[in-house]
Amino acid sequence: MLETRATGQVEIYGLMAEFDNPESLLAAAERAREAGYCEMDAYTPLPIEGLAEAIGFRRTLIEKIVFAAGLLGATGGFMLCWWMTVVAYPHIVAGRPLNSWPAYIPITFESMVLVSCIVAVIGMLMLNGLPQPYHPVFNVKEFERASRDRFFLCIEARDPRFHTDATREFLESLKPLEVMEVES
Amino acid sequence: MTAADPVNVRLGQWQRRALLVGIAGVLIAIAGLLLEGWTQFLRSYLYAYMFWTGMGLGCLGILLLHHTVGGKWGMVIRRMCEAGARTLPYMIAGMIPILLSLPVLYIWARPEAANDPIIHGKAAYLNIPGVVARSIFYFAVWTFYAYRLSKLSTDQDASGDASLIDKMRALSAPGLVIFTFVTTFAFIDWIMSLEPHWYSTVYGAMFLIGQVLESFAFVIALVIVLSSRSPLREYMTRQHLHDLGNMMFAFMVLWAYLSFSQFIIIWSGNLPDEIPWYLNRLRGGWGWVALSLVIFHFAAPFVLLLMRGIKRHGERLLKVCLMMLVIRVVDVYWIIEPAFYGQKIQIHWLDFVTPVAIGGLWIAAFLWQLRSRPLVPLRDPRLEGAPRETVAF
Repeated sequence: MLETRATGQVEIYGLMAEFDNPESLLAAAERAREAGYCEMDAYTPLPIEGLAEAIGFRRTLIEKIVFAAGLLGATGGFMLCWWMTVVAYPHIVAGRPLNSWPAYIPITFESMVLVSCIVAVIGMLMLNGLPQPYHPVFNVKEFERASRDRFFLCIEARDPRFHTDATREFLESLKPLEVMEVES
Repeated sequence: MTAADPVNVRLGQWQRRALLVGIAGVLIAIAGLLLEGWTQFLRSYLYAYMFWTGMGLGCLGILLLHHTVGGKWGMVIRRMCEAGARTLPYMIAGMIPILLSLPVLYIWARPEAANDPIIHGKAAYLNIPGVVARSIFYFAVWTFYAYRLSKLSTDQDASGDASLIDKMRALSAPGLVIFTFVTTFAFIDWIMSLEPHWYSTVYGAMFLIGQVLESFAFVIALVIVLSSRSPLREYMTRQHLHDLGNMMFAFMVLWAYLSFSQFIIIWSGNLPDEIPWYLNRLRGGWGWVALSLVIFHFAAPFVLLLMRGIKRHGERLLKVCLMMLVIRVVDVYWIIEPAFYGQKIQIHWLDFVTPVAIGGLWIAAFLWQLRSRPLVPLRDPRLEGAPRETVAF
């Protein structure tokens, strides 16, 4: 899928538009989506309500994986307690039945949290491809302000509708501060 | 709000309907009082009264919390919480029948309690003048915070003065601590003392968190219904719903945590002075009520409120809120009523009448208070600004 097109000598990763406020970025992302672009990303110093949907945020597998992990952890924790107190070391404590399940609940809950947290972190890293030591967007000098006060929209070259001139024209029409080429 | 405002007109209709329902309920409850006697009436009355007073207390708690920590989630529900908190002084009237007939409900208030060494040992705290005086004090503290915060909030509507935000915070941060203490003592006096041999240090917090939870369910349901109209339509975003749903989820889990902590400690200890509280609430049919709490007060809302698609969708979240409100009534019933009936479940027809009667009157008073001010704190800078930005901060 990773298709790049040559412009002169340099392969480009995409075209990036710089904005100075979140509303413009959000409007630009919505316009780009309406124009049919789907491979794009937005970079902002603060979370912006609605932006993820605007750049085509898709539900990922992670929530289902974490839910399954939580169920697994809870079941495992409960069964561990049950096995220890009923099968492996059957002692009568305070006249209670061997299967005194209320005592298992804290362990059940904790192992649910533990397993789902570990799986959430590892699964998130596996699905989003982090850690990523190199990313082309950092080739743009102005991009360092993405963590301070500027808002960027990058339409990537692998987008089927991407065309260096037409896309640049489109981005210019969104009235950004500047449109920059991102070297690959 | 001006009189011609469509929201105001609609709220006025609801207010009249609620008042009619409340009056009808009161008449039926009075008929029940004449038919079934004072004792049964007060037993049915106490839990309904605690549920609806708790609605006001929960609103005050949310308000204090919001002013202390800030956050845009509170902006859309602030006026509802203020109106709910301002109903508290009216609840003093509802306390009068209970305070006038303490010996009917409370074992410790009866003369023969002097023969019980445990109750006798607590007599310096648990006595009729003490409980009456403290009840007045509790209401005075709650009323002070409810009206002081409402006053500052209305001043802000008039002047838009940003320093009022700090003033409200400076009042609320210590207020939250005082409120939690005072409310804990109130619940000890009014309901924990129904079984004066028993005690639990987590009781006040557990019951209070439950009340905050029911207030969250109520105000969230209300903003969802009102968000289809101006002015809330302009300010509500999906992120607001999401954050409010998360707050309700957090308080629901906190309720479960505190309730289960109390249970696991008493169950593990299995001591004769502690365990009867749970025996009274698990045997003779009460176990089914307890099971329904585990399912509908914890398991079902836990799974439902984990889902993003529910928290960001008004109609779905509304259904969860309504479920929470119903199960909250059951929880208050389960905590209070077994004190009278022991290990045998008894549900009286008056138990269904009293929550509707008090609820009708409470909602009418609430809407009357709500209509007296704009539905959103218009001049608070946190309401304006970019509604697109995340509302978590």
